[in-house]
Amino acid sequence: MLTKRAPDLKYSDITPKGLYIGRRNFLLGLLVTTATVAGWKRYAYLLEGPGTGSVPTKIAGVTKWPYSTTETATSENDVTHYNNYYEFGTGKEEPAQNAKNFITNPWTVSVEGEVKKPRKFSMDEIMKLAPLEERIYRHRCVEAWSIVVPWIGFPFSTIANLVEPTAKAKFVAFESYFDRKQMPLSGSAGIELPYVEGLRLDEAMNPLALVAVGMYGETLPNQDGAPVRMVIPWKYGFKSIKSIVKIRFVEKQPPTTWNITNGHEYGFYSNVNPAVDHPRWSQAKERRLGEFLKRPTLMFNGYADQVASLYNGMDLRKNY
Amino acid sequence: MNSILTSKWTKVAVFLLCLAPLLVLIWRALHHDLTANPIEFITHFTGDWTMRFLIITLAVTPLRKILRLPQLIRFRRMLGLFAFFYVCLHFSTWIGLDKFFDFTEMWKDVQKHRFITVGFIGFVLMIPLAITSTAGWIRRLGGKRWQLLHRAIYFSAIAGVIHYYWLVKSDVRKPLQYAFLVGILLAWRLGAWIYGRKQPLAVRAARRDEPTTAESA
Repeated sequence: MLTKRAPDLKYSDITPKGLYIGRRNFLLGLLVTTATVAGWKRYAYLLEGPGTGSVPTKIAGVTKWPYSTTETATSENDVTHYNNYYEFGTGKEEPAQNAKNFITNPWTVSVEGEVKKPRKFSMDEIMKLAPLEERIYRHRCVEAWSIVVPWIGFPFSTIANLVEPTAKAKFVAFESYFDRKQMPLSGSAGIELPYVEGLRLDEAMNPLALVAVGMYGETLPNQDGAPVRMVIPWKYGFKSIKSIVKIRFVEKQPPTTWNITNGHEYGFYSNVNPAVDHPRWSQAKERRLGEFLKRPTLMFNGYADQVASLYNGMDLRKNY
Repeated sequence: MNSILTSKWTKVAVFLLCLAPLLVLIWRALHHDLTANPIEFITHFTGDWTMRFLIITLAVTPLRKILRLPQLIRFRRMLGLFAFFYVCLHFSTWIGLDKFFDFTEMWKDVQKHRFITVGFIGFVLMIPLAITSTAGWIRRLGGKRWQLLHRAIYFSAIAGVIHYYWLVKSDVRKPLQYAFLVGILLAWRLGAWIYGRKQPLAVRAARRDEPTTAESA
């Protein structure tokens, strides 16, 4: 290695020692400060105590729905610690952490639009609208992972029949709760909020379309969409909107959040379909949480017998 | 400072520090703490550390110039090889755990899905750099050509950022953080290059004789 250096600098060119150390210390200080701030933001939650929000409680008098899948339910810990709920952070484990202080009581769901009897339901009323059933459904996320969940709820048609949709009602639009104060991380979600979803009326009236108020024998945990959510088992998970505050029967196809965010990748229908890839990844297989190997994804998530007729004559490649 | 940097124990310490992410991963695996989707977690974890080591490696030259600590160069090869080490873990997680050695499906993925295509390119570009990282290869190629070849790391870093940016659904904060860091480090090089061209010939000639030319990509 050569060690000589051409004398291109005069002694007077040398930076004074004070300045030189100052710059080095400044840069090191900057690095240390950045690391500390970044570390603190990441690990501050370790110092926090238990949450101050609503917590699940046992639900009594639930009957077992006879058509549940016989597949093994995913562990409750996985279902409650691997969530997409962007209002509470975009990381999979963030909602469990950040929804701890979410208060869901009191809660009302307003049902309005093209209906003869618009009305508001309190959560107590919703819990008593119909006999509660435990339904074990497969749930397939658009990100190619899946779970099996014992939901508790009743068919959406119960609500529709109470408010009596008019002849004009062709679609149902859903809206999630949104409050920046309760959801301080929502600003970084990268999606427009409140979260909105929609179904065609006949899809919503399908007996599989579930209004869920609980899972694993208890009311819903906050990170899984407390206190009331939809579960549409033949569609990708993001169609199953969480923490619903508004249901509107409408004439025209309503806007839906992921379609607004990226219409090229997320269609209005978003039926589980192994033959139609997401533009960025294959949908042919899925990873069931708790399993090692991927399993093949089933058409309509295995619910083709119950729902395929809804889409007769439709090109599912175009209506993705 | 210099005596610390030139001590062989510092090199050992840095080596162990670079292994720490892997040890954390193993420790979490042994404690069943890899989230509900361990394979995804391992993929993201090793991908993140690849980006971090690429950035740390790219930071060596600017830092040693700005801080006037030429001895920092001693760590660059090791840091670069650790970037390669973590990208190999990342890639083999994808092959072995995610695709379970289904090579036809993988090749389809590489062709069809652009985020995989660009990530794959970034990885492939790093292979010759890892192979030619030895003193023997610097000699065989000659400093100039070796340096030119190793500029491929710029494209690997850029490919890594794009790979990540195209992967996420809507929250682009983390890929943008990496983009910002890679951007600064590449901008510094551009600045240094422009500044270098403006200097009189004598100085440039002198610079060319600097001790670590062959290693300062």
